Amino acid sequence: MTKLLMCPPTYYTVNYEINPWMNVRVKPDKEKAPVQWKNYYNLLSKLKIKVHKIKPRSDLPDMVFTANAGLLFKKKFIASNFRYPQRQGEAKYFSKWFQRRGYEVISLPQNYLFEGEGDALVIGDTLVAGFRFRSDIHSHRYIGDVIGKRVISLELVKSNFYHLDTCFCPLDNETALYYPAAFDKYGKKVLKHLIPNLIRINNKDAMNFCCNALVSGKKIIMNNCTERLKGRLEDLGFKVFCLDFSEFIKAGGSSKCLALYLG
Amino acid sequence: MKEFSKTIELRGHIIDSLILPKVYDEILDRGGNYSSDEIRIGKTKKNISFARLKVTAPNQKLLNNILDRLHELGAIIKEEEVVVLRAAKKDGVFPEGFYSTTNLDTYINYRNKWIKVKEISMDCGIRVDNKHMKAESLKMIDVKKGDKFVVGIKGVRINLPEQPKKKGVFEFMSSGISSEKPKGVIIKRIAEEIVELKKDKGAKVLFVCGPAIVHTGSRKYLINLINKGYLDTLFAGNALAAHDIEASLYGTSLGVSLEKGVVTPGGHRHHLRAINTIRDAGGIKNSIKKGILKSGIMYSCVKNKCDFLLAGSIRDDGPLPEVITNVISAQKEMKRKLKGVKLAVMISTMLHSIAVGNLLSANVRTICVDIDPAVITKLTDRGTQQATGIIIDVETFLRELCDNLP
Repeated sequence: MTKLLMCPPTYYTVNYEINPWMNVRVKPDKEKAPVQWKNYYNLLSKLKIKVHKIKPRSDLPDMVFTANAGLLFKKKFIASNFRYPQRQGEAKYFSKWFQRRGYEVISLPQNYLFEGEGDALVIGDTLVAGFRFRSDIHSHRYIGDVIGKRVISLELVKSNFYHLDTCFCPLDNETALYYPAAFDKYGKKVLKHLIPNLIRINNKDAMNFCCNALVSGKKIIMNNCTERLKGRLEDLGFKVFCLDFSEFIKAGGSSKCLALYLG
Repeated sequence: MKEFSKTIELRGHIIDSLILPKVYDEILDRGGNYSSDEIRIGKTKKNISFARLKVTAPNQKLLNNILDRLHELGAIIKEEEVVVLRAAKKDGVFPEGFYSTTNLDTYINYRNKWIKVKEISMDCGIRVDNKHMKAESLKMIDVKKGDKFVVGIKGVRINLPEQPKKKGVFEFMSSGISSEKPKGVIIKRIAEEIVELKKDKGAKVLFVCGPAIVHTGSRKYLINLINKGYLDTLFAGNALAAHDIEASLYGTSLGVSLEKGVVTPGGHRHHLRAINTIRDAGGIKNSIKKGILKSGIMYSCVKNKCDFLLAGSIRDDGPLPEVITNVISAQKEMKRKLKGVKLAVMISTMLHSIAVGNLLSANVRTICVDIDPAVITKLTDRGTQQATGIIIDVETFLRELCDNLP
């Protein structure tokens, strides 16, 4: 049973620019954003996916993107070291949340940058981890030691796809979505070798954040995608739920960014 | 060509992630190069792999550029250890834990800069002049209180001698010493080496000679070599000079007639009389000026400006005025005269050969000629590993050498 941690978008806005999607002059609609979040929350409830909520902070508008808080592995929570000061304040609130619930909170050395599930996704017995724009590869070794899994480090090469979860999405142990242009030749080769059913998505779906999808068993929740992609996924036996996350894409996030897997 | 280098380490699933081949490509694509010092590949999916590479580039800027990129790819740049220095507490005494040198090219990493140790020879300390960023090897006796010396082995690097590209006598001789080698070919190669070296004005040829050269009647060959300018420096003891002068003045060596090969009546006094004559004249050079000494090895040295050094010993008769009887002074003078020596030929003198061997850098091509294999073994056992031994009678060696030289 999938469990998630989410943060209500009470203070969500775009006050700064730390990725190419953000533009302080194009702020999210104050009425639409909470509605989109609520629709997502309601769908999750309907799908019997348990959602825990963390209290939002007025000075931390990006806290809504809980996927970046860290990485949970069994009872260990590896807290993120955010690259940008605008998000660094989030770490202590997430750490406290996990501490209070009996998780072991692991802090990385200060000089290692890591942005949680944004750049670290498990597929089978492997953790696929992205680096360059937000996380650095040095943190991957450390995380690999903590979780005892093989860590495959992939360099991200397109700034629009600054987190791994914007261009790669494991659907099950042998299937994943990916946007090839976000990786270099080495990364593409590694993914092809690693994942038997690797589904390429086109530029339109990539720009619609379709890799930033939430997966629970055979259910996939993503921003509106092309019929072609939807059909392909349904052919593979997945049930695709498309919602409108346009207000969150203004800050560079969609359904996956809005939730952290708790189990 | 000078190269700039740094060692890096990569750890993790660098094979599965293709990080290692990517690192290789990045280095080459950016104009650098690499050598793999160590690679350990994890056997299972969980096991991590490890690689240590030496990255080189033609200049520091490019090296930094490569290293910045490799750091992004997870490389840990290994900071090289720097030397630890300690001051001498007394004159003539190294500080505790001092680094004891070999005769191999030695470098120290001082303040993150590699400096070559000047005038390297074995069994010395390394004195560092921190004002001028210089390092030199120094004998114990020359230590001055307060001098800074390298202690321990951190930040010290020695370079093994480079393999010469050309085939010379040193490559021809597959083993260091053997009595069962074709001597004629070896001597021919030595002659070629000498001719080759003489083309380089800065390179000096040193001969270290024992009195057997005179006793065996082969001094005429050595004189020939000196007269033709093949020798730049001659190291010997009192005996070589004394018997050479005896031969010039009396035609004997240790009283034996060099022409007839028989003991000359009263000949045992000749060498003492010869020394006495030279002492009376005020030395070898003065005796030549005065027309007393008119031929011989020492005569040719003076006439042809072949730099010579005679070092004394307890058993010396006289000694001749030019003989340096203070061993410390002789050692210093020898070291001074060794600057620029590229080839050392040691002939029939065990103790002198070992003494000179101790002062030589391993880069100096060294040939030891003796009829007794034990001499060569002793020389190499005492650290002059670069020596090539030729087991041969001195007369045959010098005759053949002269025949092979133009």
